[in-house]
Amino acid sequence: MSLLVQFLAQQPEPVQQVVDKVTTGEAIAFWVLGPLALAGALGMLFARNAVHSALWLVVTMLSLGVLYMIQQAPFLGFVQIIVYTGAIMMLFLFVLMMVGRDSSDSVVEVIRGQRLAAALLGIGFAVLMVGSVARALTSVQPKGLVEANTTNGGNVGNIGTKLFTDYLFPFELTSALLIVAALGAMILAFVGRDGKPARKTQKELVEERFQDGTRVGSIPGPGVFATANSVATPALLPDGSVSEESLFELIEATDSSVLSDDVAEVAGTGHQPDPHALKGSES
Amino acid sequence: MTKNFAAEIGDTAKLLADDPIWLVLIKVVGIFAFLVVMTLFMINWERKVVARMQHRPGPNRVGPNGWLQSLADGLKLAFKEDIRPVLADKWVFFLAPVISCIPAFLAFSVIPLAGKVSMFGQETSLQLVDLPVGVLVVLACSSLGVYGIVLSGWASGSPYPLLGALRSAAQVISYEIAMGLSIVAVIMFTGSMSTGDIVNAQANMLGGVVPGWFGLLLFPSFVIYVVSMVGETNRAPFDLPEAESELVGGFHTEYSSLKFALFFLAEYVNMVTVSALATTLFLGGYRAPWSGEFMNTGWWGLLWFIAKTLLFLFLFIWLRGTLPRLRYDQFMKLGWKVLVPTSLVWIMAVAVIRTGALKDMSNAQKLIALGVVVGLVLLLSFLLPDKKVTDTKGVPLAGSGFPLPPLDLAVPKSAPKRKVKVANIPAANTAKAVTTGKEAE
Repeated sequence: MSLLVQFLAQQPEPVQQVVDKVTTGEAIAFWVLGPLALAGALGMLFARNAVHSALWLVVTMLSLGVLYMIQQAPFLGFVQIIVYTGAIMMLFLFVLMMVGRDSSDSVVEVIRGQRLAAALLGIGFAVLMVGSVARALTSVQPKGLVEANTTNGGNVGNIGTKLFTDYLFPFELTSALLIVAALGAMILAFVGRDGKPARKTQKELVEERFQDGTRVGSIPGPGVFATANSVATPALLPDGSVSEESLFELIEATDSSVLSDDVAEVAGTGHQPDPHALKGSES
Repeated sequence: MTKNFAAEIGDTAKLLADDPIWLVLIKVVGIFAFLVVMTLFMINWERKVVARMQHRPGPNRVGPNGWLQSLADGLKLAFKEDIRPVLADKWVFFLAPVISCIPAFLAFSVIPLAGKVSMFGQETSLQLVDLPVGVLVVLACSSLGVYGIVLSGWASGSPYPLLGALRSAAQVISYEIAMGLSIVAVIMFTGSMSTGDIVNAQANMLGGVVPGWFGLLLFPSFVIYVVSMVGETNRAPFDLPEAESELVGGFHTEYSSLKFALFFLAEYVNMVTVSALATTLFLGGYRAPWSGEFMNTGWWGLLWFIAKTLLFLFLFIWLRGTLPRLRYDQFMKLGWKVLVPTSLVWIMAVAVIRTGALKDMSNAQKLIALGVVVGLVLLLSFLLPDKKVTDTKGVPLAGSGFPLPPLDLAVPKSAPKRKVKVANIPAANTAKAVTTGKEAE
């Protein structure tokens, strides 16, 4: 009980006293987040469903973001979350959903020598990784961010200064690359419409439809003065004449002798079935 | 360069740095309770206000004046059957409401509710944490909250939720850009991203009368933020992901019971959070609207903060009661073609002012610069295409824009009424012919 009270009453160490070495909290956080990030990466590789893959990758990115925050780089951590998990992975998900929810990995290899190329590139990448990590572990002296975070405008201010002075050229180069990529994507997306006139607006379409004088509404039906509501019965105008618009082309073009049987049947003047017949059609 | 930035560690951060853990726990529970109570209040308030706007009473049965209606609804939701569709993706379907709820609460941790107060003999600030990148926390949380919506739509395994999720993904990404850009101007003025510093930077009065709020100083940013905050929270008129007349319920169509309640909670907590951020960034946070010393100290800040936040929440309700939903392409056009370019131009203008380019100039030079700017604007305005001449061949209109009948229209006399002829039946006969049913008495 007294331990709990002691725990609750304890105060965090003052910010200024943070030294450039790994504290206990940071170590705990690392051993929680590190395996989580690794699990996310493995899950991404082995998940069968594409959306599950993307979600595992989100776990990895979030863990990395939190690791940045713990390692005295809060700006980098939050930007990692906003840009990578918030925007880029969301676009991934967007595309995956457009493709369809049942899309899984295709096992058919369409590029010749795909496995060989993948193996070579993979080994090359592994060598690069091992080289850089080995260098980081041996020859690079760890330097905390306390100085960068407390002087000259703090974390964000220092990043901004560096970005727009020492690293201006790579920064501009990257932005140029991104703009070229965006423009390229737009051109590729619009290639189908090349040369075609711009889409008409709804208003233009409406005006166009009414301008050539054709009837846009429905053709008049038999009307109140007609004797039947069959399509073959023409509509009558108020003066009793037949409305030309209501005439059905197919029926008008048919020779009357073809229809004489039907007319007779409807009128009840043709051949009648025998009263003893079970069915009308069999007689 | 450096003088533009506030002290490396803000005053609020210093005050918060020596909080013991029990105080932090109290604050965490306090913020959670505040948000849940605000949600319950907000649902009820919204229903009542919208009802008033539509000339009906609104909920008035449960509790005093109907104010416990949302509590009753919440309890009812918890006892509903929890349904999972056959085609749903089991784990993602379960995780989605949780993912949408957690960041909503998390974002509120950087909002300053009041200034320096004393709690149980401990001097502290009424704010959970004051990070040097505080504003980014809210943006990060809102970008994580979208995962809840997108995943719920995908995992439900039916077309309407999927459409809602797709709309939501595109919507939130586009409006987050506008939102981020509108915040940039505030950060340039303050020189810090910590929410505590931003509130402190708005403390001085302009000319001793008008409060120096960024909502007045940076009015274009304020307007852009307010528009994009409505888009970001998927509220009317930008509620396309859950448009009930087009997509049934949008992303939450297949959800029921507590999972649906979590979505509901997340939506309202998000509304409170963006309103609180708007208060912090643009309306001076917990500072009183005038420069009194007494009203600006201690717990009074909480009053001003809640009052200002409620102002924004009322705006949400008002918009919902007034505006029809935008079409999807109109919505995207507003975001990408109006809000984003306007913010970029405005940020450039603020940057020119802030770098002190105007300071070293004499009055004559300033006037020349102003003239050049005005001339450029005029030149650009000549380049704008003329408005199309409206079609004169349409239906002839009588002045006011509505198709009205001509003024000299003679109203035809109504046809004379036909006289109903009544048969002349002798009185003695009618008594026998028509029975009233009372003859027996």
